[in-house]
Amino acid sequence: MERVISERVYVWQLPVRIYHWINALCVAALAVTGYLIGRPLAVQSAAEASYSYWFGQIRFIHFVAAFIFFFNFLFRIYWGFVGNKFAQWRNFIIHRKSQVQEAVDVLKIDILQTQSKPLESVGHNSLAGFTYFITFLVFLFQCITGFGMYAAMSDSWLPHMFAWIVPLMGGDFAVRQWHHVMMWFFIIFSIIHVYLVFYHDYVEGRGIISSMAGGWKFIEKKK
Amino acid sequence: MNENPVTYWDEMKRHGYSRRDFLKFCTWMTAFIGVEASGVGKVVKAMETKPRIPVVWFHFQECTCCSESFIRSSHPIVADVILDKISLDYTETLQAAAGKQAEEALHNTMKKYKGEYLMLVEGSIPTEEDGVYCCIGGRTALDIVKEAAQNAKAIIAWGSCASNGCIQSSKPNPTGATPIHKIISGKPIINVPGCPPIAEVMAGTIVYLLAFDRIPQLDGLGRPKAFYSRRVHDTCYRRPNYDAGLFVNAFDDENAKRGYCLYKMGCRGPVTYNSCAVIKWNNGVSYPIQSGHGCIGCSEAHFWDNGPFYQHLASFPGFGIETTADDIGVVVGAATVAGVAAHAISTNIRKRKLIKEGIENGSVTEKKGGE
Repeated sequence: MERVISERVYVWQLPVRIYHWINALCVAALAVTGYLIGRPLAVQSAAEASYSYWFGQIRFIHFVAAFIFFFNFLFRIYWGFVGNKFAQWRNFIIHRKSQVQEAVDVLKIDILQTQSKPLESVGHNSLAGFTYFITFLVFLFQCITGFGMYAAMSDSWLPHMFAWIVPLMGGDFAVRQWHHVMMWFFIIFSIIHVYLVFYHDYVEGRGIISSMAGGWKFIEKKK
Repeated sequence: MNENPVTYWDEMKRHGYSRRDFLKFCTWMTAFIGVEASGVGKVVKAMETKPRIPVVWFHFQECTCCSESFIRSSHPIVADVILDKISLDYTETLQAAAGKQAEEALHNTMKKYKGEYLMLVEGSIPTEEDGVYCCIGGRTALDIVKEAAQNAKAIIAWGSCASNGCIQSSKPNPTGATPIHKIISGKPIINVPGCPPIAEVMAGTIVYLLAFDRIPQLDGLGRPKAFYSRRVHDTCYRRPNYDAGLFVNAFDDENAKRGYCLYKMGCRGPVTYNSCAVIKWNNGVSYPIQSGHGCIGCSEAHFWDNGPFYQHLASFPGFGIETTADDIGVVVGAATVAGVAAHAISTNIRKRKLIKEGIENGSVTEKKGGE
């Protein structure tokens, strides 16, 4: 049997990796604190309110994480224009015929597993890229609705940029409801995302998991 | 109708109010409308010099709770002067005139004070079937509103019905009930939501218009900022319990007795903009949360559809009444985990050959390694 010779490709630049992990931490923090804000723990206590502030702290963590998340997200959009070819915005929006073909291939090979042949993509495959585009839209939605609700208790200009969403959706209740629903998108996304990374690493052996740490992937050397 | 302009102060004197009562009323009103203390003079002057504003007050799809609230204002001058004696040229509920006389009074006002009269609307307007679901004097509410709005100086939408549709427009909204601001455009419209709105808020809105002759500062939903810029939650006396994470978990638990936050009992305070916790009700006696019941958000749009009232998250559209987004999320999440597990198993079966080949190739590399 012929041995496979791999070559190293530098796929994820340092800013992309930093973005990824800040984003992951923020999403985790936001989902956990957000869930608690929506469904606080039942504490039976006779203590005076002035003794504790845990719910206030949970909200505080949520808001701080939201600001970090927002600027990190903005940075990633910027990097989509100045980063290397794997980071470019073009990878995220299916606009070429070859991308459509690739998405169909991924669906057949990896998801439905009706076909078995190696795939050529090095960075995001076009289906994955498009999925991330959807997540970006959800990021945006969460930022708008979150800051929209936050605006009522803030003097700073940033949240007020999003205050228009409240009248548009008919009131805080609806905004809050949909902000909450979208939290589940992140939870479902994370399950699938983490699974698929393991899947690709296992099946393709290109070091996809470590690529988000060191930036390198390994692909078959073309002869 | 008097030809010489009668001012509010004239009218108050005639009713036997002293100068002292009058000034107290003005100071009190100035405080409510959120104007700085130096604004008292302006309010006093306006009440002394400005002729009364002619007012027509319409009742459409509503329960008259707004009127009821208004006439129970804690300050007698409000009911006595603004509502009872001076301003109202037309209002179905309180006028003595009926039938043809009433219609005549309405038309006289609209003609005589073209562009000057204030139009107050209580109730939503049905739009289905050309608006036949609400007719007065043989004409539809839709017709009447459009005609009256044409020459009105400004429109105040009293209560949730007129400003966001309230119960008439809740699902499935058979009559096509619609709030005023979705029917009339090109006129200043002030929304004063609530079911009903607080009497002092209603009076304050009118006094502001009188005193300053302009529309008060409004928020994104057309509500006067003086009364609707703060959430009930932000001004609630139970707020410290919220921040401390001390919540009532059931209406009969210890925490309820201790007066903890009603957030988990579905209190809509955090998403409701109103002055209930500040001005309170019934001459400042209490408000729902103070009486141990969560806010139901009656001044917010679609509050009937955002139920159940005792549930923090609304039931998710299309599912059972107590199914929240969280319930659905858990099911979808579990399904995802199951799907992922199934996929992992499938991978090991269908890609067995590929994985085996990969391992063999890798092993070869290892054996020959060290190149």
